[in-house]
Amino acid sequence: MAHSAIAPAPLSPPAVLKLPIRAILPWAAFFGLLMLVLLYFVGAEQGATSLLPGAGVHEWVHDGRHLLGFPCH
Amino acid sequence: MNSLTVRALLVRGMLAGVAAGLLAFGLAYLIGEPGMNAGIAYEDAHTHEHGMELVSRALQSTAGLATAVLVFGTAVGGITALAFCFALGRIGRFGARATAALVAAGAFATVYLVPFLKYPANPPGANDPATIGKRTTLYFLMIALTVLLALAAVLLGRRLAGRWGNWNATLAAATAFLVMIAVAMAFLPAVNETPKDFPATALWQFRLASLGIQALLWSTFGAVFGYLAERVLEPKPATDAVPANAERTAAAAH
Repeated sequence: MAHSAIAPAPLSPPAVLKLPIRAILPWAAFFGLLMLVLLYFVGAEQGATSLLPGAGVHEWVHDGRHLLGFPCH
Repeated sequence: MNSLTVRALLVRGMLAGVAAGLLAFGLAYLIGEPGMNAGIAYEDAHTHEHGMELVSRALQSTAGLATAVLVFGTAVGGITALAFCFALGRIGRFGARATAALVAAGAFATVYLVPFLKYPANPPGANDPATIGKRTTLYFLMIALTVLLALAAVLLGRRLAGRWGNWNATLAAATAFLVMIAVAMAFLPAVNETPKDFPATALWQFRLASLGIQALLWSTFGAVFGYLAERVLEPKPATDAVPANAERTAAAAH
């Protein structure tokens, strides 16, 4: 009896590692936002909206913006 | 420890994004620039205002392009690594590398491919500059909508998996996703501004180049990040042999 109770255990695959949500959230909130700001500057700044004056950012990332699929001008 | 794991994965995601960005920049320079130049040539032939160039074409097509693609790669690499942290162990019994591949493929589809099908990339001269506001709003709305619908589909699949089994649940969730995307595409306004005499070959090649650049970026990211993440999360396979033997030798010596 003891054997039959133990036998199925090795057949079930080992538990998959999960990272606790609590550990991820602070990184996701801070760095996620930072990355989105970077994406905004590559993808949209000085197009429809401008945070900085002029067109320097737009002109500098111009080719990348077109080729990565963002609306440019 | 877990917070440090997240940090380690985030850093590796950004590094994998830089590697992916480097390759994507190379491809963009080779196959993307001809379309850019064709578009600019059309633009120059059809507008009478020739403003002073802020950044020369030589800089735009090299350093400027590299900056844009590398920053894009780093940023999406970091975000995708964070998405990977959430997905690991929560989307099925996949190891680190398989999860990385799935998350990268999902990110490519939701952030680029599906929005591209509705609002494809355009070379210079193919759009009316006056509608940039509308086009920007629609493009980012389409990305946000696709990402949200994909997340909803993943949650739906997880919920159905218990009752229907993984295969049927995945099929059902994918079908639901495609139906919702089709509805969204049908209702969102179309953008068809390409001038009648814009060179069709240049437009087609430009869009194909854009697709290729993004596909290369995301597949490189998935492969490199999967390798790096596995080394963080499952260090055993690579280093098992030496420490295990050393331990056994040490135990035998005692």
